[in-house]
Parts: sequence; C-alpha cells; structure tokens
Amino acid sequence: MDPVVHLSNAVAVLGQFPVLAGVNLTVNRGEIVLLQGPNGAGKTSLLRLCAGLLPLARGEAVLLGCDLRTQREAVRSRVGLLGHANGLYADLTVAENVRFWGATVGASKPEVQAALQRMGLAQRLSDVAVSRLSAGQKRRTALACLIARRAELWLLDEPHAGLDAAARDELDATLRDAAAAGATIIVASHELERAGALATRVVEVVGGQIRTPNGEVA
Amino acid sequence: MFRVARLIAAKDLRVEMRSRVVTNQVLPFAAIVMVMFAFALNSDAVVSRVAPGLVWLATLFSLLILVQRSFAIENADGATDALRAAGVDPSGIFLGKAMALAVQLAVLELVLLVSAVVLYSTELRVGGLVLLLVTFVAATVGLALVGTLYGGLAGGVRGRETLLPLLLLPVVAPVLIGATRATESALGTGGATVADGWPWVGLLAVFVALFSVGGTLAFGPLIEE
Repeated sequence: MDPVVHLSNAVAVLGQFPVLAGVNLTVNRGEIVLLQGPNGAGKTSLLRLCAGLLPLARGEAVLLGCDLRTQREAVRSRVGLLGHANGLYADLTVAENVRFWGATVGASKPEVQAALQRMGLAQRLSDVAVSRLSAGQKRRTALACLIARRAELWLLDEPHAGLDAAARDELDATLRDAAAAGATIIVASHELERAGALATRVVEVVGGQIRTPNGEVA
Repeated sequence: MFRVARLIAAKDLRVEMRSRVVTNQVLPFAAIVMVMFAFALNSDAVVSRVAPGLVWLATLFSLLILVQRSFAIENADGATDALRAAGVDPSGIFLGKAMALAVQLAVLELVLLVSAVVLYSTELRVGGLVLLLVTFVAATVGLALVGTLYGGLAGGVRGRETLLPLLLLPVVAPVLIGATRATESALGTGGATVADGWPWVGLLAVFVALFSVGGTLAFGPLIEE
C-alpha cells in the first residue's frame, strides 16, 4: 500500500490549548476516510494539520511523501482543503473561478475544461456568477477548483452541510469518482449514515486523539 | 512569484470590473470629499493654495476604502485561507494585490486631479508635467504597497475596519508630505519651483523601495498568523 498520510504521535496546539494530543493515523491512496466524533473532538484541527495550516508542535507528519515540518509548501500545493467556506470569488463566474485556481498550479485550458466537465459545470453554469449559484452548485464549483488544482489529497470539512438531498447524492458520486481516479479523501462529518456509506473506513476522533473501535487510543 | 502576481492582479481587477465598487462608490466618495473641502475652506485663494494637499488627503481616505475592499473579497468566502492552503506564493499575492490597488488608485487620482482643476481652479504647468507624472507614479506605488501590507496585517484581525486607519495613516504620512510638496512644486503653488520637488520624489522612491522589499518578505508571515 502507498500511504498518503502518515501521522505518528502528532500534537498540535492552539495558543495554550492542545487541539491534537498525539494522533496516530495512516491513510492509503484511494481511500475515503470518515472522521467522526463530537464537536470539539479535533476533526477540523486534524484536517487543518494535514493541510499545513496548523503547525505540528510534536510528533511526525508525512504527507504525500513530504515531511510537513520541513516541506510544508510542497505539501500544500498537492493538498486541497474544502472547509466551511468554499474559497470562491462571488463576482467571478464559475469558469473564471476554476480557471484562477487551476492557474495557481499552472493548469492548462483543457485541464480546467475537464474539471468543469467532470463536475457538470461546463455547459449551463459555466458563465454564471458564483453569487447567483445555490449552495450545492457552489460546493461543486469548489470541488472543480480542487480538481483543476490537481489536488491529490482532499480534505473535506462537513461537505454535506447546507446541501439538499439531490446535491448530496451528486457530491457523493463525485467523491467516489475522485477516489476511483486516485485521489485520497478525508471527510469530517456529523452525517454518519450518509458519510459512513461513502467511506471506505471510519475513524473515531475523541479529545484530540484517534480511538480504536473498542475505545482505546490508537 | 511574478506569474502569481499577474494572476492575482488580473483576478482583483476583474472582480472590480464586475462589482464596480470603485466606479460606483469610491470615485463618488472622493469627489464628495473634494467638494466638502471647498465648502469648508470657503476661499478661492486658500483652496487654490492647499489644493495639492487636499488631492492627496482625498486619495488617502479613498485608499482606506480600497484596501478594505481588496481584502474583503478574499475574506468573504475564505479565499485567504484557500490561497494559503493551496501554497500560493505569498510574495506573489502581495505584489499582485499591490498592482491591482495601484491601478485603481491611478484612476482615482486622475479623477481627483481633474476635480482639483475644475473645483479649485488649479493650473497645470507644462514645465512641471514630468515632475507631476513621476510624483503620481511613485506615490501611487508607495501607497499601494503599504496599503496591501497593512491590509494583510489587519485582514485577519477582529475589528479590522477600525484598526486599518489607525495602523495605516501614520505610516503613509511620509507619502502625504512628499507627494504634497512635490505636487506643489510641479504646479508652482506658493512660488515653489520644479527643482524644489525632486528631493521629495527621492523620499517617495526610498519609501517605495523600503515597502516593496519589506512587504514582499513580510507578507507571508503576516497572513500565516
């Protein structure tokens, strides 16, 4: 197996408060891992650590073969984080947003077009301003930006929030397609039934640590 | 770095062309400020004498709105975090946002200069045109650089709307002084000659050099915090 994420006793601190208290986690290529746990358990912090947005205080973190401590920029350029916000520019069109984010990694026009096509945005919605989209269409646009950016590790924080049933189904299908195409996906979600059905593995996060199914610290 | 800068600048300018915030809100605001100055001073002789300073004061007030707007479009839907998470070169972000801000400021200053000619009976002299042009370019670039740096600093802080003027206005005081004196020299206000203006342009050039290097180096750590 090809580990995309390897965290060993990873500790992260916000101010004086330890948000991750020794996380051990390995995620292999093509996996869809669901992080579940109560509010404040450390799910979002774990995603932000993997995205290189939260500094590693102690322990070891190797993502996509790069040490997070010494090669943070290399990690960032290959990881896509979709948090509660979409990171889109409301006054630009769908195509302009995807083109912009693709251009940050030098994506070609065909790559951008392929990303739009894959998310079903190439036709009717391509020239629509993001401010006029529904929540689900914005989510799809944000995912198209991740595809255009050639993100290999997708970190999704509550991706189903605010979406109707049809949009959730579309999102799940997109994530399955992305994983089949080689992307590795980590999802933090409270929607256990839906996200659980999507995931290839479920990981319990409690008190900033990973717990095994029998409740022990991993 | 320059590829990213061009990309960010093009994106910011496209957003402004779509939203028309500069044309519909900032330009009218600047024009109103110019008219209010004229009402407040209520004397043609005084207004004519202080016109260069009023132009640059109106520019500074408008700069505050432009900088707030420049970072509001990044913060509205978490794009700042997304840019960081995507590993986009922060130096490129800094230069790109400064370039877009400079273009918007240049348009604004042109309108303010025309307003000064119309409202304050300011006369442009052929002999001072080169000095005037160089002054406007140097001051515009300086304001754009420092505005972007402090916009980034205040951007992630609670109460940024009130914090930005507090941080920015003292720092741009040298630009206000240098640009006003150089503009007075270019226009011949109060008997100043063109030769008097060039040392002030030198001050503006030092300011630009300082903030282009300092901003490029400091912007990354600033937006990381």
